[in-house]
Amino acid sequence: MELNQVTEDVLKVIDSYGFKQEGAYNLRLNGMAVCHGDSRHIRIVKKEDKPGIDIFISAEAQKEQVHIPVVMSEPGVDVVYNDFYVEDGADVTIVAGCGIHGEGCSETRHDGIHAFHVGKNANVKYVENHYAEGNGTGSKVLNPVTKIFVGENSVFTLETSQIKGVDSTKRENYIELAENAKVYVTEKLMTHAAQKAISNMDVELKGKNSSARIISRSVAKGESKQVFHPRAIGENLCHAHVQCDSIIMDEAEISSIPEINAKHMDAQIVHEAAIGRINDEQLVKLRTFGMTEEEAEAVIIENFLK
Amino acid sequence: MLQVEHLSYDVQEEGRQSEILSDVSFSVKDGEMLVITGPNGGGKSTLAKLLMGINKETAGKITLNGTDITEMTIDERAKAGMGFAFQQPPRFKGMTVRRLLHLAAGRALSEDECCELLSSVGLCAMEYIDREADATLSGGEMKRIEIATVLAKHHDICIFDEPEAGIDLWSFSMLIKRFEQIHREKRESLILISHQERIIQMADRIMVISDGKVESIGAAEEIMPHLFGQEINSCHCRQQKGGEL
Repeated sequence: MELNQVTEDVLKVIDSYGFKQEGAYNLRLNGMAVCHGDSRHIRIVKKEDKPGIDIFISAEAQKEQVHIPVVMSEPGVDVVYNDFYVEDGADVTIVAGCGIHGEGCSETRHDGIHAFHVGKNANVKYVENHYAEGNGTGSKVLNPVTKIFVGENSVFTLETSQIKGVDSTKRENYIELAENAKVYVTEKLMTHAAQKAISNMDVELKGKNSSARIISRSVAKGESKQVFHPRAIGENLCHAHVQCDSIIMDEAEISSIPEINAKHMDAQIVHEAAIGRINDEQLVKLRTFGMTEEEAEAVIIENFLK
Repeated sequence: MLQVEHLSYDVQEEGRQSEILSDVSFSVKDGEMLVITGPNGGGKSTLAKLLMGINKETAGKITLNGTDITEMTIDERAKAGMGFAFQQPPRFKGMTVRRLLHLAAGRALSEDECCELLSSVGLCAMEYIDREADATLSGGEMKRIEIATVLAKHHDICIFDEPEAGIDLWSFSMLIKRFEQIHREKRESLILISHQERIIQMADRIMVISDGKVESIGAAEEIMPHLFGQEINSCHCRQQKGGEL
């Protein structure tokens, strides 16, 4: 299927692995699945009862990718339900994300509700980039909900980022870990102007020897507001480390409310949270390399969110 | 050539003016190594920061290769040919050592170039090149990376503020060799702020700063016997107020 330039451009930003209409893929454009393909080991099936797809990843899928981007270039509200079923032993990278190109004065909103059911001994990497562009005055809103159930001995890596253009976002993540399951979460967020972002994340370490590492890095500029509420709940012998670092600039406001909750005497849960301005010494150091203050600031932010 | 004339630096402390540096004058010739030494709190690091434009002098003039750089910003001085290694380098969350070296060099360095730079400061390149220059590195490791960032680019003059601080003996020996090489090749002028005898011994000239003033300045062979034999403020080579240019 031939895609217009706006869609192509947005896809380039949100799909860092490079979207292609080959292998397993599904492109949702303005609330409609416009093209999709299956691979030998990954099958995508349209839901009958509500908008969205079921993605079945077989155990034979090894080092395979599936791309399911969403692009909205017309105003409106799109709610989609995507469910992933990952068989025991599969090794897959799922590239999702949503990009809005807004030119109108009405709201453009996408609520992606994803659930991952991961079997045993599997390895799943889920990459989700959120982005918005366009000169329209209508607000650009993304409200993802992600539920992840990680089976025994499986590893789930979640990389989520929202770097530009989204006026309002409320992220809800829920992660449940079985015995020996591991989750690595990296969240990156940058807000400008009057943008608002709320990120809630619950990680329940239910299984023995389960572990979680959650790293959240954010930059708030202008008059933007960010609220983080990561919560790790240890219900067994487990390890969890939650780290939230934020750079605050201009008139922005950031609230970081990490919560750790142990329900087992062998649960080891650590949290760290820090909010601060850009370090003056870092700026000075980069300026001794010949960078202006603005260039140095951009480099610090770029690397902080890398 | 760097020329410093009547440099002074005052700060406001509890409502009154306090003099940190007073009427400091000296010069550094092309290819020359000047070691600045003296008691702690005497104003050596402040002087280094004034030279790089990190702090703003209260009075005086700084000229580099005939150009008055007194009003230049830090980055303008860097572009004019000055390099600076901090006594306590900052850490960068999210930035790899490789990226830091690229930024320092002002270009993308090859893997071999990065390795050579790190090896020259006693770091195993493969172990460090992709590590983040953050709190996971020790003070000594950060210090050596800091020195490598300055060595990553050619400068007309490099200022190293206590390069020996926090570095183990083995790495220090490598560092000394690197300074000797730079000095031998006469490609860059060096200002080293140090208390370390081996560094002081390398100097063409030594300047002693104490209590914000130049106590003495002169050829190494002239100053050395007094430095390690007597109290600094009894040095026979004390310069006249206003200093040598």
